[in-house]
Parts: sequence; C-alpha cells; structure tokens
Amino acid sequence: MLWFLGQRLVQSAVVLTVMSFVIFGLIGLMPGDPVDLLISADPEMTSDDIARLREIYGLDRPLVERYGVWLWAVLQGDFGFSRLFAQPVITVLLPALGNTLALLGISLALALAIGLPLGIYAAVKPYSPRDYAVNLMAFAGISIPSFWLGLLLIILFAVVLGILPAGGFGTPGVDDWSDKLIYLVLPAMSLTLASVGGHTRYMRASMLETLRQDYIRTARAKGLSERRVVLGHALRNALIPVTTIIALDFGFLFSGALITETIFAYPGMGKLTYDAVMGNDFNLALICLLLATLVTLIGNILADLAYAWLDPRIGFEARQP
Amino acid sequence: MSDTAQNAAVGRTPLQLVARRFWRHRLAVVSLGVLVILAALALLASVIEAALGVDGNAVNLFGRFQPPTSDHLLGTDEAGRDVLVRLLYGGRVSLAVGLAAALTAAFIGTTIGLISGYFGGRMDTLFMRLTDGFIALPLLPLLIVLAALDLEKLGIPRDIAQSESVSLYRIVVIVALVGWTTVARLVRATALSLRERPFVMAARAQGASSLRIMTAHILPNLASPIIVATTLSVGNVILLESVLSFLGLGIQPPIPSWGNLLTNAQELIWDAPALAIYPGLLIFVTVIAFNFVGDGLQDALDPRSLEHDRS
Repeated sequence: MLWFLGQRLVQSAVVLTVMSFVIFGLIGLMPGDPVDLLISADPEMTSDDIARLREIYGLDRPLVERYGVWLWAVLQGDFGFSRLFAQPVITVLLPALGNTLALLGISLALALAIGLPLGIYAAVKPYSPRDYAVNLMAFAGISIPSFWLGLLLIILFAVVLGILPAGGFGTPGVDDWSDKLIYLVLPAMSLTLASVGGHTRYMRASMLETLRQDYIRTARAKGLSERRVVLGHALRNALIPVTTIIALDFGFLFSGALITETIFAYPGMGKLTYDAVMGNDFNLALICLLLATLVTLIGNILADLAYAWLDPRIGFEARQP
Repeated sequence: MSDTAQNAAVGRTPLQLVARRFWRHRLAVVSLGVLVILAALALLASVIEAALGVDGNAVNLFGRFQPPTSDHLLGTDEAGRDVLVRLLYGGRVSLAVGLAAALTAAFIGTTIGLISGYFGGRMDTLFMRLTDGFIALPLLPLLIVLAALDLEKLGIPRDIAQSESVSLYRIVVIVALVGWTTVARLVRATALSLRERPFVMAARAQGASSLRIMTAHILPNLASPIIVATTLSVGNVILLESVLSFLGLGIQPPIPSWGNLLTNAQELIWDAPALAIYPGLLIFVTVIAFNFVGDGLQDALDPRSLEHDRS
C-alpha cells in the first residue's frame, strides 16, 4: 500500500515537473513580455534602457536557465509578484483558492445528492418511461453549454425575477457570511446543473451492470425485497466505479469553475486564471495553471486509491504496470 | 427463428442491419434530421440572406435591439444587424470548425492508437503514458493559454498570424490537439485484440508489411469505434469552441460563431436578454443531437447489441 502510494506520488511529481516546464515555455510564447509592458508605460525609454531591463529581468538568457531560476524560487516558496494585483502571488492566491473550494464543495455535494439517486432510480427499471425521462434529462445536462446555462440563470433570477444578484461576491460594504451566501446561489446552481447529468449517467450504467450479477439473482431468490437488493447488496458495488470517475473528474470540475466564475464574476481560482492569462500576468498565470494540474493529479491518485480500497479484489500490487 | 437465419432469408446486408437498428433509436433518427436541417440552413445562409432581402453585415445604429418584425424575423442586435442571418453564418462556422476539429482529432487518435495497439511493447507503453498524461491535464485552463499564444513567436509569418481567418485554423488545431485521447484509447484496445486474429496472421504469413496489415486489414475493422467516438466528440468539440469563443479566445469577430455571438450578450443581458437565448439554444440543440446520434450509432454498430437482439 505504502509502496503503491509512494510510486504514484513519484510518478505524479515527474508529470508535474514536466508540465511546469511546458507551461513555463507556453507562457513565454504569449504576446509581450514583462519588459514590453514597461516600455509601453514609458514612451521616453531608449533602446539601451530596454536592453538593460531585459538583462535585469533575465529575459536575455535561454529558456532552460530562466526556468531553472524560476523553479528554484518556487521551491523556496517564492511565487513572485502579481503585476495585475500589485501584490505577491501568494496573497492573491489564497483567498481565491478558498472561494473556489467553497463553490466546488457545495456544487459537488449537490450534484452527487441529486445525480446518484436519479441514476439508481432509472437503473432499477431500465427502458421504462421513467428511465427514458431520466436519460433525457441527463443527456440535456451534458449537452448544455455551461456558460449559456449561467446566462439563462442570470436572465431568470436576476433580470426577470430580480431576486438574486447577477454576479460578484458580497454586497460592497457588507461583511457578513449570509450576504455572501446569496452570491453563491447562482454559481453553485449553474455548476451543479452542469455536472449532475454526468453523475446520473455513470450511476445508472454502473447500477445496471451490477444488477446483472449472479449474487443479485441469489439475493432476489432468497426472497429479499427489491429495496434491500438494490440498496443493501447492489449499491456498495455499483458505487466503486462511480467513486473512481468522480475523483477523475476533478480536473473537469476545475474547468467548470473557470467558466462559471468568469460569468458570475466570482472571485475564485477559475476567474483568477482567466484574468491572469488575459492580463499578461505571467507569474500569476503560471502558478494558477500549475495548481490546476496539481488538483487534477491529486484527483487521479485519489481515484486509484479509492479503486483499490473499495474493491478488495484489486490489490495495490496488482495495479503496478 | 434466429435473427441470422431471418436475415439470410430476406438477404439483408450488414449495412442494412445497422440502418434497421439505428432506425429503432427514434431520438437518434430525429436528431439526425435536426442536424441535416441545421447544416442545410447554414450552407444556404447566403441564399436565405438574399431571399429575406437583408444584409447580415449591414450596421444600422438607428435600428438597434429591434423586436422581431417581418424584415428581421428574429429582430436585430446591438449594431442593428439581422439576428437570424448572423445566426446562420455563425452556424456555418461553428459546424465547420466542430467537424474539422473532430475529424483531425480522430485522425491523430487513430494513428496513435493503431501504432500503439499493433506494435505493443515499448511503443505502446510510451504512447499510452502520453495519452494518460494528456487526460490528466486541466483542459480548459490549458486551452485558454494555447488560444492566447502569440503565433509570431512560434515563427509563423506576420501576415498569416494577423489574418482574419487564422482564428479558425488555430481553434481547430488546439481543440484537436487535446481531443484525440478518447479515440486513441478505443482504437488501441480494439487493435490489440485484432492483431492476434487468424486473418492478421494469414496476412503476415503472406508477407504483407506492417503498414499494409494496419491499413488494409485492421483499420476497416476499427470503423465502428472510430465512427461512434468521432460522432460523440463533435458535440464536445462544438462545446469547447463555443466556450473559447465566448471568452473571446476562439473565433474572432467579425467572423460570427455561435460562441462569440454570446460574448456581447452578457453585457447586454439587461437590455436585450433575447440575444443571449438564440445562439446558446442552437449550440445546445446541435450538441444534444450529435450525442443522440452517437448513442444511436453505438447501439446500431456494437456487436454486443446484435447478440442482445438475438436473445
């Protein structure tokens, strides 16, 4: 178990390092560099000044060397300075991370609370009208553009009904958590609706597969009620693949947060990533992208662990390549 | 009477069997019809424009936010342009980009999956690690960076990098670049089992080259998974394109796409909420239709559903 965990951690660290280099290179390919931005701010700058500035910022040195310098600083906990917010990256990052975790936590809990029972409900009577209806809803859920869903929610609740704010986080001047909660409703609703279709489909497929097993026939044969068969015998096993898929979906959640937060102007990691890339805030964009990669990798490890832990037939050793 | 005997009796070809099973999936059939209509409307955009007697690019600042009239069937937008005609031209772009990116992704995925599955061993390990790595990436944040890259820094000449249509090619390339993994995995898994089959061994015994075995013997047998995965991915690709265009990073105005038609709609949501409805509705209908068609094709092409039929 420990060996397995250690191996996965090392693998993930390698992927993260490779990705950090790729992301560093990609960010370098974005329009402009820190000196260009200084030049545009000061029209009296001479070409000598520009050369000197490039030297100070180390932009005249090769990519690998610049990457090395940056990596060394990051490993020592120095994430650099955010140009957009005129604050250290870490100061900008932490509150945004907290906000995103709150949003994602609520949405994931709601999506599971709705999606899993719906999936089971549909799977118990396959190809019945209710299965058909649930399937249709799930298909609609995975096909709807999440940003459009956000716009529709704004139109309904903010424009037409006027009962919820269209975006932002907290009324200016009010510092109260119940006030912030109101601003969470629409983003959370939007994110929940966007992911509930997927959860429903996974749960339905997994439950259908489980209900075909021999031990379910045995349970029915000994006269158990359908309720006991489904909830007592099938559910535990049907949840195994679903748990794995949920953990694998961490990266997907992060993408969803990016869209939802941008539409609702919710100050989380997603909006921060978007603003940093659009605003040429290189230091901030780098850390945001790395954090997104890290979250996805953690999800993958959790998926592997959950798989082996929930299903005793799968040993940790057996999963080694 | 078993299905096989029945089919032999009336002489149905495998293709007819597939069509018959697809026909049974009513939602898929309806969806296919919807897609054909949408594609026809998009292709005939200029004809419809002329028939309606409006110019899709004509700006009329005195006629902004008009409600639907006999001149403008769906009203006008923030610059007084005809919404319906803009939607049709947008559909042309969104559908073309969606199909092009999905086909490119399918081509990359098939190539990698086929090589990986056929040769196995180290090549397989390398390619599958690469695929795993791509799947582990945070998709949207990465796409945003890729969409924001400065093409001139990649060594692409200035006049190309600055041209109007470059955003079309760019979006096809970056979406294909991240979208090939599903097809690659499916193709690899099927190729892995096919290469042990007697017909492949027979071909090898006759001295056929690896390339010939892959393209002439294995590839035709991979048609079903490739077709299903590609159909399903068109919907996904259209979603990705629309979200990137909505965020201002995909297809750049003045070229309309369903995604970038929604970009301004958010700012105008208090004045003209209707502008935010139509493009999104079209994306939604198109994506769900592709998903239903993919689902129907899966049922129709999957040999397991054949056995299901027989029982």
